[in-house]
Formats: sequence, C-alpha cells, structure tokens
Amino acid sequence: MMDALVLARIQFAANISFHILFPTITIALVWILLFFKIRFHISGEPSWMAAYRFWVKVFALSFALGVVSGITMSFQFGTNWPGFMETVGNVAGPLLAYEVLTAFFLEATFLGVMLFGTSRVPPWVHTLATALVAFGTSMSAFWIIALNSWMHTPQGFEMIDGVAYVTSWKEVIFNPSMPYRLTHMMIASGLTASFLVAGLSAYRVLRNDKSLGVRRALKTGVYSAAILIPIQIWVGDLHGLNTLEHQPAKIAAMEAVWETEKGAPLVLFAIPDEQTRSNRYEVSVPKLASLILTHELDGELRGINSFGENRPRVAPLFYGFRIMVGTGMLMLLVATISAFKLLRNKPLPPSLLRVLVLMTFSGWVATLAGWYVTEIGRQPWLVQGVLSTASAVGSAPASSVAGSLAMYLSLYVFLLFSYIATLFYMAKTAANPKHKNSGQTPYSPIPNTVPTMLGEPS
Amino acid sequence: MLPVVFLGLMGVAMLLYAILDGYDLGIGILMMGESEPNRDRMIAAIGPFWDANETWLVLGVGVLLVAFPSAHGLILSTLYLPVSIMLAGLILRGVSFDFRAKVGAKHKNLWDRLFSLGSIMATLSQGYMLGQYIVGFDSGFYATLFSWASAFCVSFAYVMIGACWLVLKTSDDLQASAVRWARIALVVTAIGLVLVSVINPLASDAIYSKWLSWPQIGLLAPLPLTTMILISVMYRHLRVMPYENDRLSWLPFVLCIGIYVLAFAGLAYSFYPFIIPQQMTVWDAAAAPESLRVVLLGCAVVLPAIFFYTALSYWIFRGKSTALSYE
Ligand code: HDD
Ligand code: HEM
Ligand code: HEM
Repeated sequence: MMDALVLARIQFAANISFHILFPTITIALVWILLFFKIRFHISGEPSWMAAYRFWVKVFALSFALGVVSGITMSFQFGTNWPGFMETVGNVAGPLLAYEVLTAFFLEATFLGVMLFGTSRVPPWVHTLATALVAFGTSMSAFWIIALNSWMHTPQGFEMIDGVAYVTSWKEVIFNPSMPYRLTHMMIASGLTASFLVAGLSAYRVLRNDKSLGVRRALKTGVYSAAILIPIQIWVGDLHGLNTLEHQPAKIAAMEAVWETEKGAPLVLFAIPDEQTRSNRYEVSVPKLASLILTHELDGELRGINSFGENRPRVAPLFYGFRIMVGTGMLMLLVATISAFKLLRNKPLPPSLLRVLVLMTFSGWVATLAGWYVTEIGRQPWLVQGVLSTASAVGSAPASSVAGSLAMYLSLYVFLLFSYIATLFYMAKTAANPKHKNSGQTPYSPIPNTVPTMLGEPS
Repeated sequence: MLPVVFLGLMGVAMLLYAILDGYDLGIGILMMGESEPNRDRMIAAIGPFWDANETWLVLGVGVLLVAFPSAHGLILSTLYLPVSIMLAGLILRGVSFDFRAKVGAKHKNLWDRLFSLGSIMATLSQGYMLGQYIVGFDSGFYATLFSWASAFCVSFAYVMIGACWLVLKTSDDLQASAVRWARIALVVTAIGLVLVSVINPLASDAIYSKWLSWPQIGLLAPLPLTTMILISVMYRHLRVMPYENDRLSWLPFVLCIGIYVLAFAGLAYSFYPFIIPQQMTVWDAAAAPESLRVVLLGCAVVLPAIFFYTALSYWIFRGKSTALSYE
C-alpha cells in the first residue's frame, strides 16, 4: 500500500483540482453576464437578456459546485496538512480567511439578489448586484492567489522557533510571483469561460436553435477568446521568466534540460528518464530554449542535475507544460479563425462549430495542466525553501486516507459527469420550453412570496 | 483577550450553524419518505434560506483554522473519517439542490434521494464528532459506543428542529405529519440530552467539579431545569397541535431554539477555556496576535452585513411558504 504522504498528496491534488474547475468558470462568467446585462440596458434588445437568462443558470450551478468543493478545501488543511497551518498559519490564515470571507460575504448578500432578483428588484439594483458579485469573485481569487504565490516566492516574514511571523503584509501579498500568477490565472479563467460560452452556443446553433441570443453569446465567446489568448501567451512567457529567476529547478524540469549549458535547445518531444538522468527520443530545436528564456542565443540555462536532490520530478512538468502550451496554441488557432469569419459576418461552417463544441472544456485542460506544472514544480517544498511537504503531513493512517480518497474520487467523477451532462441538457432544452422542469430556475427553486422589502420591479 | 473573542465568534458560528443548517438538514432527512409533491413543498420551505445557512459552518471552521491552527490540525486529523464523510454528505446536498431543478423529470428523484442521503451522512457524522469531542477523543469501546449514540441523538435533534420549521412554514397534511415527527424526535432528543448530562461529568473529574460542587450547583441548576420545562411545554403542545387558525405554529420552533441554546451553553461551560478537552486551552492554540487582528478586521466588515442580510431575507420570506415556483 502507498504511504500516507503520497495518498494525502493525491487526495489534496484531487480535491483542489475539482474545486478549481468551478471557480475558473465563475470568476470570468460573471463578468460575461455583466456584459450581457449592460448591452441589454444600452440596446434594450431582449436577445441580450435571453443570453443572460441562460448563462446565469450555468453560473448558478457552477457556483454551487464551487462552494461545496471549497468547503472541503478549508477542512483539508486540518485533515491532511496540519503542519502547514502550524508552521505558516500566521501568514496563510489571514489570507485564507479573506478568501473565504469574501466568497461567504457574496454568497450571503449580493448573490441572492443577482440570482433571485430579476423580477423582484429594479433593473439597476440587479445590475449593480451582478457587478458586485463579479468584483467579489475576483477579489476572492486575488487573496487565494496571493497566498499560493507566497508559497512559491515567500517573503515578508521571519522564522522564530520554527514558526513564521509576518513582518510586512505588503511584502507577503505583493510577493514577486504574485502579479504574474494572478494575471495568468485571471486570463485563464477568462479563456475557460469564453470557450465554454462559445462551445455550448455552437452546440445550440448546430441543433438548429436560431435565436438571436444564441448567436450573440457565440460571438461574445469567440471574440473574447480571440482577444485573450495572445495576451495569455505573452503573460505566460513573462511568468516563465519570473520563475526562472526564483525557481530555476522548475524551469529546468519543464524544459527537460538535464545538464547546465549555454545555448540550450528547446526540447519539443522526449521521454525524460529519471534513472539515467537524460532524455530518450529527444526531438529539439537548437538554442531555442536559451533564446526564449534568456532572450539570448547563447544564454546559460542551469540543468536539473545541478540541483541535487531538492528538485521536482521531470516528466510531469515536462508533459504538463506541453499540454498547457499545446492547448494554448490550439485555442489561438481556433479562436482566430472563428473571429475572422464572424468579423466578416459569415456564419461559422458546421465543421468549425463542431470544433468549438469539442473545445467547450479546453480551458479546464490547460488550467489544470498549468496548475500541475506550478505545484509539482515546487516539490519537495510546500513553501519554497521554508517548509517541506513531508514535514507537514498529518497523522491519519494510510488506510483512512485511502478510504476517503476512494470516496472523493467516485463522488467527483459522478458529479463531473452530471455537471457536463446537465449543461448540454440545458442547452438542448433551452429553446424548447415544452420540457417540464427544463431548468427554468436560475438557482435553487424559491417560493413566490412577494418581497416587500426589496421593492417591486419597476 | 483576542483568542477569547475568536472563541466566542466560533461558538456563535457553530451554534447558528446547528440551528439554521440544523432545520434544513432535518428536512433533508424527513424528505426520504415523502411523495414528490410534498418533497417540492419541503424544498420550497427551505429554498430561500438554506444556502446561507451552510456558510456558518465555513465561518466556524474558518475561525478554527485561522485563529487556532494547531487545534484545527489536531481535531481534524483525529476525526479524519467522520469529517470526510460529513464533507461528502455536504457536497451531495449542496449540488442536489441545484441539480434537481435543472435536470429532466426522470432524474429528479435521484437527486432528491441524494439530498436525503447527504443530509443523513452529515448529521450522523456531526453527531459522532460531537460525541468524540465530549469523551476527549477517546477511542475505547464505551467512548465509541457513546459517540454512536450521540450520532443518532444529534440526527434526531436535527429532525426535531426541521419538523418544527415545517410546522411553522407549511399547512394541511404536511403540517400534521410534521407535528408527529417533531414529537417523536423530541423524545429521542430529550433522552440524548439526559445521557450527555449524566455521562459528561462522570467521564471527566474537571467537569464533575465544575458542575457538582457548591455553590456552582445552585447557580447552574436553572440551566437543566429550564431545559426540562421547555421540553415538557413543547411536548404538551405537540400532542394537540396544529391549533385552529394556525395559532402558535411558531412556538415549537422557538422552543427548539431555546433547547439548542441551553444545551450549547451547558457544553460551552463544561469545556471553557479548553479548545481540546483537558489538553489545549484557547491561549495555547491561538495564532499570533498580529495575524488575529488582521482577520478580526475582515470579520468586522463582513459579519454585520451578513447579519443584516440574513435578517432581511427571513423578513422577506416570512409567513407560509407558497408553491414551488420555477421563475
Ligand atoms: C483562483 C481561484 C481560487 C482558488 C485557487 C481557490 N479558490 Fe476557493 N473559491 C474561489 C476561488 C478560488 C471562488 C471563485 O471565490 C469561490 C467559488 C465559488 C465561491 O463561492 O467562491 C470559492 C469558494 C471557496 C469556499 C466556499 C466559501 C463559501 O461558502 O462561499 C471555500 C471554503 C474556499 N473556496 C476555500 C479555498 C481554499 C482553502 C483554497 C486553496 C487551497 C481555494 N479555495 C482555492
Ligand atoms: C487551484 C488550483 C490548484 C491546483 C490544481 C493545485 C494542484 C496541486 C497539485 C497537483 C499538488 C501536488 C503536487 C505534488 O504533490 O506533487 C499540489 C500541492 C499543494 N498545493 Fe496546490 N493546487 C492549486 C492551488 C493551490 C492553492 C491556492 C494552495 C494554497 C493556498 C495550494 C496548496 C497546496 C498544498 C498545501 C500542496 C501540498 C500538498 C501536496 O504536495 O500535494 N494549492 N497542488
Ligand atoms: C501558450 C502559452 C503559455 C505559456 C508560455 C504559459 C506559461 C506558463 C508558465 C511558465 C507557468 C508556470 C508558472 C510557475 O512557474 O509557477 C504557467 C502556469 C499556469 N498556466 Fe500557463 N502558459 C501558457 C498558456 C496557458 C493557457 C492557455 C492557460 C489556460 C487557459 C494557462 C493556465 C495556466 C495556469 C492556471 C497556471 C498555474 C497558475 C500559475 O502559476 O499562474 N496557461 N503557465
């Protein structure tokens, strides 16, 4: 049987991977909703409102999944990583608290108005609530990314008797990798939501749903993807340069560069071998890695072998990075072609629509791949250079962890399947209100008591 | 001082959680044996509230995590399995609520079943954890037996408050069944309370002397006495309810809250100032004051808004819940 540490790591990775799927959607989808709402106010066209009404349901479902999986996250630190809070709790605690408080605050206040309120509050109050939810989810992401970045590039604290004490909150929050990680993550979220909107709308078009709202949503998704993806690639490059400065072992592993060399080649494909500490079947372009990472043909890259034992495993980083970048390139291609067609007012051909449907969840693939690269690349550290993962693990026996892991995994597979099936079911039935119970509720069903306090719709 | 403030905050959050999420957990369990129209009515009775109810747990555990990190680690890694089961239960509940409204009619039943299943998983594991906490995380045979007893009694306490909420919020046959359920659950809950009150001082000398030495015993006597009075008043009403014109339909729920508050006060008094019984006090467990102050600031902004909004939504949705609407 695997030991408790490995199991706990797998379990944490499974839980946070499941959690992040839904925030990546909600963080950006709510901004798209706000866009629909504002276009509706400006143009008065009901099609914008139709788009809003469909997507707010998707938002509600995703938000619910984000909340329940987030609750699991806040218990995880205690159940599996007690050493984490004991050592760096003074730093992590407040940042986690702010993430949770922000999400909590929203959920208990503006979200209710946004989801229940379309016909219950004046339109401007409703739009304001939507804007506040959008701002709030982004703030929530800000706090947690600040913490996560701090775990990669810690500063602004001192260690006394093995416990971290904050010396400067400004340095903790605005740590060196935070601006890059935050930007990269927010755009990742934007791309995920854009491809989701484009993909489900393309599916509806393919099923002969000719309503204007669907075409508007399709355009919104495609255009925003086409705008975001070049920026993402550029930000990703900057992020990599920043990582080279602070976590050179991670970059070496991502690029599968084993020996320190000047003018290192860019490895396109290889099978990294941990035993021989070299690549098999390597296909590479000479000098390109040095050019990309140091912006010089003969720049020096440190190889993995120079880091001794304190280094991550190579294969997951190498492959993960290629999956992310590969997906990014595919996004660039598809989004650009679709955007040009739409700009020239041509309907998208069915083949392109089908590609968009296939790419509905491509954002998830790239996002998860990116996070795996980042997080596995930090190993064996939990907090870079401060706390090792092995010393933070809890005392729960391996059999317990294995049991809970099996339970979570089956739950997640089931929920993921249901989520995707439900989204397509909603897309299928949206144009066809004959279906009973076909998703008319934006959120949880509510009784139609007249809300006197919030005022009548004007 | 700061640790005590946070302990208070955590206590309030946990108590509010037990009351607020308590009634919707209870209703989740009661939904098991009901017909689909009745299930819709029961869902309608908790619809506008339940989501915010659950967040009190997040706050309570969040405070434990950030204010008492070492206690958080110790408690949660000791209670590893029940915590995992509770979380799976809460996940099932949380998503079923949304899925049931969005899927086709033929899958609705499935999500309703999962809603009930999730509710039972959550209440049993919470009760079990409470039992474990009371016996100081002992894993011997009698301690485990006691924890299981606690698991069932706590589940019945949730069913009780859930049924009382239905008495308040519904009418006709559903209300009549709710009265019956509340009565049965009340009896089991009362037995559970007696059990805890007897075993708690016997299990620990410190608690024994806290309650049963002079003059505490005189000062504290009102606590169990009031609880007993509330229980018997409630029982008498439940035997003859519902009344004409829906008179006093709020009474069982209010009495329930009273019982919860008193039981909670009793427990809190028994254990204060320990956060892990007889092992770790709040001061041992607290995070650095600077960090606590930062968190307090956030709470000071967020909590009043949440209190205000919660009160507002209960006001807006006061009165009988009406038919489930899908728009
Ligand atoms: C980049 C985004 C991001 C990341 C990396 C995380 N979260 Fe998160 N989380 C959110 C973005 C988010 C969110 C968008 O703000 C959510 C989703 C739905 C919601 O209510 O807020 C949320 C909800 C959410 C909730 C539910 C709060 C509530 O009841 O409303 C909790 C307890 C957590 N998260 C905790 C965590 C922890 C402990 C994490 C890391 C280890 C974490 N989240 C990673
Ligand atoms: C949201 C996207 C995230 C994903 C997909 C993710 C994924 C992962 C993965 C795959 C690992 C395992 C690395 C390994 O063991 O080889 C890991 C480790 C870890 N991450 Fe993240 N992570 C994310 C964000 C965060 C955040 C925001 C935090 C903290 C605030 C965090 C805290 C940790 C901790 C404590 C570990 C150590 C446990 C471990 O090694 O598995 N992660 N994460
Ligand atoms: C195509 C060009 C891209 C490049 C050059 C790039 C670069 C990078 C690099 C270097 C990292 C590791 C950061 C670290 O060292 O910790 C990273 C992480 C990440 N990437 Fe990308 N990326 C690209 C595309 C994408 C796309 C298309 C998405 C998602 C839609 C994405 C999502 C992420 C996420 C979520 C992370 C982890 C969080 C973080 O560290 O920011 N990336 N990316």
